[in-house]
Amino acid sequence: MERLYTKDTQAIFWNNNKTAIQRMLDYDYTIKREKPSVAAIVAPTSGNKFEKFFYGPDEVMIPLFKTTADAKAAQPQADVLLNFASFRSAYDVTMEALEIGGFSSMMITAEGIPERLARGMNQTAREKGVTVIGPATVGAITPGAFKVANIGGTITNIVNSKLHRAGSCGLVTRSGGLFNELSNIISINADGIAEGVAIGGDRFVGSVFIDNLLRMEKNPDVKYMILLGEVGGTEEYKVIEAIKNGQITKPVIAWCIGTIAKHYDSGVQFGHAGASANAESETAEYKNNAMKEAGIHVPDSFNDLPAMINKVFTDMNIAEIPEPDMNTVPASRRSKEFICTISDDRGEEAHYCGYPISSVATPETGFTIGDVMSILWFKKRYPRWAVDFLETVLKTVADHGPAVSGAHNAKVTARAGKDVISSLIAGLLTIGPRFGGAIDGAAEHFKHANDNDMTPKEFLAHMKKSGIPIPGIGHRIKSLKNPDLRVTGLMKYAEENFPSTPLLDYARTVEELTTSKKENLILNVDGTIGILMVDMWRALDYTDEEIDVFIEAGALNAFFILGRSIGFIGHILDEKRLAMPMYRHPMDDILYDVKRAEEL
Amino acid sequence: MAQKAIREYDAKSILAKHWDKYFPDFTYAYETVMVQNGADLRDAAKTNAWLNEKTLVAKPDMLFGKRGKNGLVLFKDAKPGDVKLEKAASWIDEKSSTAQNVYFSFDGDTPTGEPSVDKLTHFVVEPFTPHEQAEEYYVSATCVGDDDVIYMSAEGGMEVEEGWDEKVTEVAFPITATEDEIAEKIRANVPADVAEKDKAQFAEFCIGFFRAYRELNFAYLEINPFVMQGSKIELLDMVAKLDDTAGFMMVDQWGDVSYPTAFGMEDKSPEEEAVELADSKTGASLKLTILKPEARIWTMVAGGGASVVYADTIADMAGIEDLANYGEYSGGPTTGETKFYAETLFDLMTREKDAQGRGKVLIIGGAIANFTDVAKTFTGIIQAFENYQDKLKEVGAKIYVRRGGPNYEKGLKDIKEAADRMGLYIEVYGPETHVTDIVRMALEK
Repeated sequence: MERLYTKDTQAIFWNNNKTAIQRMLDYDYTIKREKPSVAAIVAPTSGNKFEKFFYGPDEVMIPLFKTTADAKAAQPQADVLLNFASFRSAYDVTMEALEIGGFSSMMITAEGIPERLARGMNQTAREKGVTVIGPATVGAITPGAFKVANIGGTITNIVNSKLHRAGSCGLVTRSGGLFNELSNIISINADGIAEGVAIGGDRFVGSVFIDNLLRMEKNPDVKYMILLGEVGGTEEYKVIEAIKNGQITKPVIAWCIGTIAKHYDSGVQFGHAGASANAESETAEYKNNAMKEAGIHVPDSFNDLPAMINKVFTDMNIAEIPEPDMNTVPASRRSKEFICTISDDRGEEAHYCGYPISSVATPETGFTIGDVMSILWFKKRYPRWAVDFLETVLKTVADHGPAVSGAHNAKVTARAGKDVISSLIAGLLTIGPRFGGAIDGAAEHFKHANDNDMTPKEFLAHMKKSGIPIPGIGHRIKSLKNPDLRVTGLMKYAEENFPSTPLLDYARTVEELTTSKKENLILNVDGTIGILMVDMWRALDYTDEEIDVFIEAGALNAFFILGRSIGFIGHILDEKRLAMPMYRHPMDDILYDVKRAEEL
Repeated sequence: MAQKAIREYDAKSILAKHWDKYFPDFTYAYETVMVQNGADLRDAAKTNAWLNEKTLVAKPDMLFGKRGKNGLVLFKDAKPGDVKLEKAASWIDEKSSTAQNVYFSFDGDTPTGEPSVDKLTHFVVEPFTPHEQAEEYYVSATCVGDDDVIYMSAEGGMEVEEGWDEKVTEVAFPITATEDEIAEKIRANVPADVAEKDKAQFAEFCIGFFRAYRELNFAYLEINPFVMQGSKIELLDMVAKLDDTAGFMMVDQWGDVSYPTAFGMEDKSPEEEAVELADSKTGASLKLTILKPEARIWTMVAGGGASVVYADTIADMAGIEDLANYGEYSGGPTTGETKFYAETLFDLMTREKDAQGRGKVLIIGGAIANFTDVAKTFTGIIQAFENYQDKLKEVGAKIYVRRGGPNYEKGLKDIKEAADRMGLYIEVYGPETHVTDIVRMALEK
């Protein structure tokens, strides 16, 4: 890996840390990234499907997932994990992601992960070739390409410190606060940074100075490197070694902070957990001298570091970097209360999912009501065979006579003198698990059985065990010998026009078994519609997850609601025309069985 | 700091608690008590019969070694192994009544360097265990670089320290090593001078020891020496450090363990303890070490890294005799937490005037914050100014501020206005000024 991040890099952000994610998107907008740098958020306890963020003046939605595995499956291109779990769970989150695979780097922000766990985690990542930044870090940045969470601070500071576009310096520090400070110093005294990493303050961190410097040595954008070390540890000696053996040839400027530690005994902890000298060679002074001897540019004090950077940079005569165009993040933004993804009335003419109404309304446009349904309900324009199927369904379910409960309710309400809308609603409110709802249920249960490779026998046993009659099976009078012609029609249409009907085929094998038990246990019209809808969506390349979402959302019942509304309105208008009086149910049709209420 | 030293008594207690898991083939009597004075010991004898029945050894348990050479191990009255309860109790009272000199390094038996002087407050008392020198062994484990290393020797006690290179076998394991790999490698590397008949048993003990070191999250664990008599083990002397970041997983395994300050070091002041307590209750970071409370320069610096470069710079430019404290606040503390931290500092720095009559210097420093809201934290400092303005003026405090990050313009403006209103001397700088340059400015005044 030559570069830690590119302008295409996308991350999975573990923990819905809204401020940090918003900072990333503000950065993305500023540098004109094509795609947001956060592709998915893992939020184990959230019930939401997405979180809204500003992208410049507008808002975007980033999907939320309950697990890293789900997020990775949905966004496989996102190869950076930003692990913002607490010190209690950060280890488990990292190890799980390493197990899932497909990540090139992981950043871990928690401070104080148990050392033994941190060591195991770092070693496992190393063996799998995954670069770990942290733990106990604010992260890393490739200016002009990708920024981790809060690194660089506010967008104003980022632009002031020239972190919005690539400069020439490769920067590695332990401290996150000083990373920012160094970026600022480098922008004042040189031309900014090309890649920067704060490796983290804990004693055991994943990638150490040398890992990052060796990558930067290979990165053509990096012309020279700055290392800000600390008292404690021996990592700086690996850098000295790499310079001596020629692995690092680019100029290096370095300073170890914590020179004060020599004045006190080991009881005083200066800085991070990793910052404690166990031997003379781990003191800041000793390391600074050793680096100087190895030819590294080492200033006399931290206060002299800016001058040293200026001198090394000036001597290199690096061509000036042109300043790129930037977007400006608006100073004040307001989050929207509602979201609409299907139609838009803001232009000259209202649109249905991008189609002006006039382009779908009249017959010569070639759009039928099924086309309009497909774009408004499912945001895609379906091929003819599917559109025709949707309309077939609507027509099939439009009415089933005055006696069914919904039509009866609509009629009773109309006769009570109520208007069309009240009467229609009275009818619609009866639609549910016993009336019309079998479409959803049939789709759900048959799909579940088929997805789980149940044999018809197993399916029946499973339903019996759950105590649910199989939705979509059974008719009052119809049987195989005396078939329901609506069902026959739907099946014939599917056979002739669908690319394939795997779920219907499966359902027919179930029907064979049920009808062998009782003649009228046939696949009824609700079942056939629900099952064929699933087959249609599968043929249209929807994923199983998407189909499940349709079923959960109640899209199948919606066909029944829409179709049957046609019939209900017919019955209501019929009542109005006939001017029928108020209906009162005959008393002799009611069994009165009323006892005196017991006193307690 | 992640690695913390614990008392010998606690180390033994932890091993004893898990003895059967790690050392199922060995026995350990766990006859040990920790006391602070003679009366404690007499009390302990009421519930620990062995204290009355056996002859005893007593020694301080205060995180320092070389107790024998310092003359601080009681094992004989008239002759070795004749110490009874009453003698031990009076010896403890005698040794704890006055400050003791303790040397940490010796050349042969001659102490070198300056002694640490402090009172002895904790002692451990155990049975005197007669044994042969040949029954003493050494084992320790710690982390070196990326590996865990076990050190084993057929000789224990002072012998091993004086002939480390020839006498000690060390074996390193990567963190990912399995129990089987470890066991196999330890068996294959038993020091050559362990007697042939004892080799297998020695290896089994070391395997259990190393597993305990790993699983119980010790950062360092040493038994020097342990006595092995058949399957009977005595832990004569132990040194241990725990990785305290693992504390949340080890609540039951470690039990009630304390982290004492090193001998000779002053106990934490109430102010330091208060900051430590506040730190443990917040997701932010609050740290305070008082170095020299009468000194002139006080720092209130945001950020772990920045606090170090300020301390470095003050030491370079003014010398450490002028530096009163070290500490930092970071990670987005609330206004209230910042106020508490600032008031703690202001209280300390205004207790006495500078001996040479100079004004005190307060450095409110910090790098460019990543996410800490500067205006919010500065509001806390301003509130502390309100309460301490008179006292700050009394000690002639000059305040130098340098900070950047979210909302820093507002923070700087607010703090300047507030200080001016109260008549406090203040200079205020943002990211255009080099982070530590205010130290130079303060000293040039």
